[in-house]
Amino acid sequence: MTLELSHLNRRFAEYQALDDVSLEIAPGEFLALLGPSGSGKTTLLRILAGLDYPDTGSVLKDGKDFLATTARERNIGMVFQHYALFRHLTVLENIAFGLRVRPWRKRPSRAVIRERVERLLKRVQLDGLGRRYPSQLSGGQRQRVALARALAVEPDILLLDEPFGALDAQVRVALRRWLRELHEELQLTTVFVTHDQEEALELADRVAVMNNGRVEQVGSPEMIYQQPATPFVCEFIGKVNRFTVRRNGAGLAAGGWKPEDDPWQGRHTEAVAYVRPEQLRLAVPASQPAWEARLRHIYLAGSVAHLELQVESLEQPLEADIASEDLSRLGLQAGMELRVAPRGAVLFPRDGQGATINHERWIWHARSPVPA
Amino acid sequence: MSRHPRSRSMGWPRRIAHVALILLALVFLVAFLLLPLATVFVEAFRQGVAPYLQAIWQPEARSAIRLTLLVAAIAVPLNVVFGVAAAWAMTRFEFRGKTLLGAFIDLPFSVSPVISGLVYVLLFGAQGWFGPWMEGHGLKVIYAVPGLVLVTVFITLPFVARELIPLMQSQGSEEEEAARVLGASGWQLFFRVTMPNIRWALLYGVLLCNARAMGEFGAVSVVSGHIRGLTTTMPLEVEMRYNEYDYVGAFAVASLLALLALLTLAVKTLLEWRYGDEIAAHAPGGH
Amino acid sequence: MRRQVLPGFGLSFGYALTYLGLIVLLPLAALAWKATGIGFHGLIQLLSGPRTLAALRLSLFGALLAASINAVVGLLIGWVLVRYRFPGRRLFDALVDLPFALPTAVAGIALTTLYAPNGWLGRWLEPLGIKVAYTPIGVLVAMVFVGFPFVVRTLQPVLASLERDVEEAAESLGARRHQTFFRVILPMLAPTLLTGFALALARAVGEYGSVIFIAGNIPMHSEIAPLLIVQKLEQFDTAGAAALGVALLLLSFLLLVVIALLQRWSNRWAERAA
Repeated sequence: MTLELSHLNRRFAEYQALDDVSLEIAPGEFLALLGPSGSGKTTLLRILAGLDYPDTGSVLKDGKDFLATTARERNIGMVFQHYALFRHLTVLENIAFGLRVRPWRKRPSRAVIRERVERLLKRVQLDGLGRRYPSQLSGGQRQRVALARALAVEPDILLLDEPFGALDAQVRVALRRWLRELHEELQLTTVFVTHDQEEALELADRVAVMNNGRVEQVGSPEMIYQQPATPFVCEFIGKVNRFTVRRNGAGLAAGGWKPEDDPWQGRHTEAVAYVRPEQLRLAVPASQPAWEARLRHIYLAGSVAHLELQVESLEQPLEADIASEDLSRLGLQAGMELRVAPRGAVLFPRDGQGATINHERWIWHARSPVPA
Repeated sequence: MSRHPRSRSMGWPRRIAHVALILLALVFLVAFLLLPLATVFVEAFRQGVAPYLQAIWQPEARSAIRLTLLVAAIAVPLNVVFGVAAAWAMTRFEFRGKTLLGAFIDLPFSVSPVISGLVYVLLFGAQGWFGPWMEGHGLKVIYAVPGLVLVTVFITLPFVARELIPLMQSQGSEEEEAARVLGASGWQLFFRVTMPNIRWALLYGVLLCNARAMGEFGAVSVVSGHIRGLTTTMPLEVEMRYNEYDYVGAFAVASLLALLALLTLAVKTLLEWRYGDEIAAHAPGGH
Repeated sequence: MRRQVLPGFGLSFGYALTYLGLIVLLPLAALAWKATGIGFHGLIQLLSGPRTLAALRLSLFGALLAASINAVVGLLIGWVLVRYRFPGRRLFDALVDLPFALPTAVAGIALTTLYAPNGWLGRWLEPLGIKVAYTPIGVLVAMVFVGFPFVVRTLQPVLASLERDVEEAAESLGARRHQTFFRVILPMLAPTLLTGFALALARAVGEYGSVIFIAGNIPMHSEIAPLLIVQKLEQFDTAGAAALGVALLLLSFLLLVVIALLQRWSNRWAERAA
């Protein structure tokens, strides 16, 4: 079962929730829609569920018009952000709801319904809680009831709206792993919405990063992280240092560092560069171009140490991350002077107005990577 | 005296002020609310139990009771259906003119009962829009039971809708959407999801609607024509007996209405205690 | 219109609108139509009789006074019920709604009996030279009775949610109790108090059942406007009744508009005070 979304537009009174969104969802895939609030990801999910309709554009399911069917006919399992459990029904009744409302001819027998509900209860690890009401459950338990209720109808697609949003951090991590295992077991096409990049990168096969109603990039978590397609993706995913690279004389440079290359062959005079904190080398030999930096602070956060570096030639601070155990190996101390240079960077040239030209992105790697 | 912890250590002057305020409030409540209520029962039994029972067992009284029940039995269900439909439209969909529709629903609350009667006279009376035509066809609205029902429907129209709209607004439509995605039909999601969530608020609205429907006086007085045994509801019967100086009779019928009021208050208070959150925040009673 | 996700818009909206149209809008249109038939000059003429003017005056000023009394008394009772704990509090709290639940005719005859010269309260007031029953004071008493719950019920939730810290902050700054009340609490309650006032007023202007028994209905003295409408209808003077009805309706809408404006102004005042 393949879903093909093409050129979807949806406008609300004040803003464009979806702006020419096209996306393909493969059978059995686990896709994350990732973006800040207001980026249109929930609107997109609701359109798939039949709870909203686009102004223009089409959704095809195996080549057939999916938008022509109502929410009722789509055979979708959906987990709502706040679960939307029926508060006057018990856990068992909640899970059985989708089966019990089927037309008489398609409705399974009572025994079949009971058996299936019990099996699902076990699967979501809630056996014994079937007679409780939603108000008597914890957040994590409610989330699993919502999931069981969605799975009970044996849907073709599972949709999850911020499935872990309302949970505290520990429960969230545990449920995340559990959901991933469940997906591997069921191989059910799953689309979930999240604003948490860590969640998206850890869970999904593929991530679609959204911003202002547009899909900025679609790809595997590795690709999204290592080859971000736009400045927005660079800044939204993970931590990143950002600085400007300018043409001076023959080549491009930023302060004391230069990439020693120019894929644009002089067409652009300015570019914005992104470097991740773990991609900074801290002890660059004098033979190679680098920034003179002063180590201002060391923030030790468990296994990782965050270093705050002041770079005079860039007129801005940079952040570097290294493994905590490397601190003593490199003999690092606050107040030290270091020679710092990126191991890799992503650069976007700027046009005359200062806007970035995203299709001329350049992924730069140091020629002779020397261990830091 | 006060739930505030600091009040334990508060000084005498302030404590005296608190007691004085409480006493003042109680004096007012007793004199203004409790005494009239007590008067009704004292006057009704002034000449003993037998005359009281006789007064409420007279044929006119019995037909007034029957008529009152009949009017309420028609008006309340009509306004329940309207209230649910209006609340569904107002809270589950966006459309232009929503505020205006809400204002129209509230309109009967801000119209004098006498004017509510008057407008129906202008519509169906002898000199009204439809009056002559209806007379020609042998239909009678004014000075007949249909008129009583119509003005009662008008007067009590907002009660159910006003209870349901804020509640359904605050509940949102997520549960209904979930039911839809799970394959429920329109009526299934209404009866299996919406109704259970609004049942107590609905009962609350019905209670208030019914109290007003049975007790309405001004509007029915205008369209009734005061025909004994035919178009007099209980409040009208009270008035007629009172004007005929039959005080025991008047207060006897009034005592039944007062009992209805007390019952309404009791059930209402019970509902508020038991299901406060399922009835939603609102100013109870009227608007 | 875009496709609706939940079913039943056509049915519920259509039904609600048709029902409202037939029950509320059509009859009110009949009143408006009748009034335009009379014309503006005719309307003035019908309303300019001294008896009509006296009745309108009594309904208007009686209602304003009654709503004002209710604002003060309602504030007191709302305050006591929310802030203090005493035996029987819940019972009294439930009792506040009595005027809503008690049919107006019942309230009318009960109040009359109570305030008649030989009544439980009337016999104490008579020697003091205060006559309540069959005077404008009686009208006022009935109007206060029917409007009473509005102020208490609109105030209660606001009083309950009023932050104690604001009062305590005021007191810690050295404000005396009455200063705290008049400078901090009252401004914060003003918009709600006005809402309650408006509701009580709207109810009292048009009130009929509870007033006519105690009023005695002496022309030019204790006769209210709604009663005059009823009398005109009984004399088959439909035009006169319609004119008076329109006047009364316009009067109460005008009052509500003025109060809405006042409220907007006091809201800003309250925000600044808070």
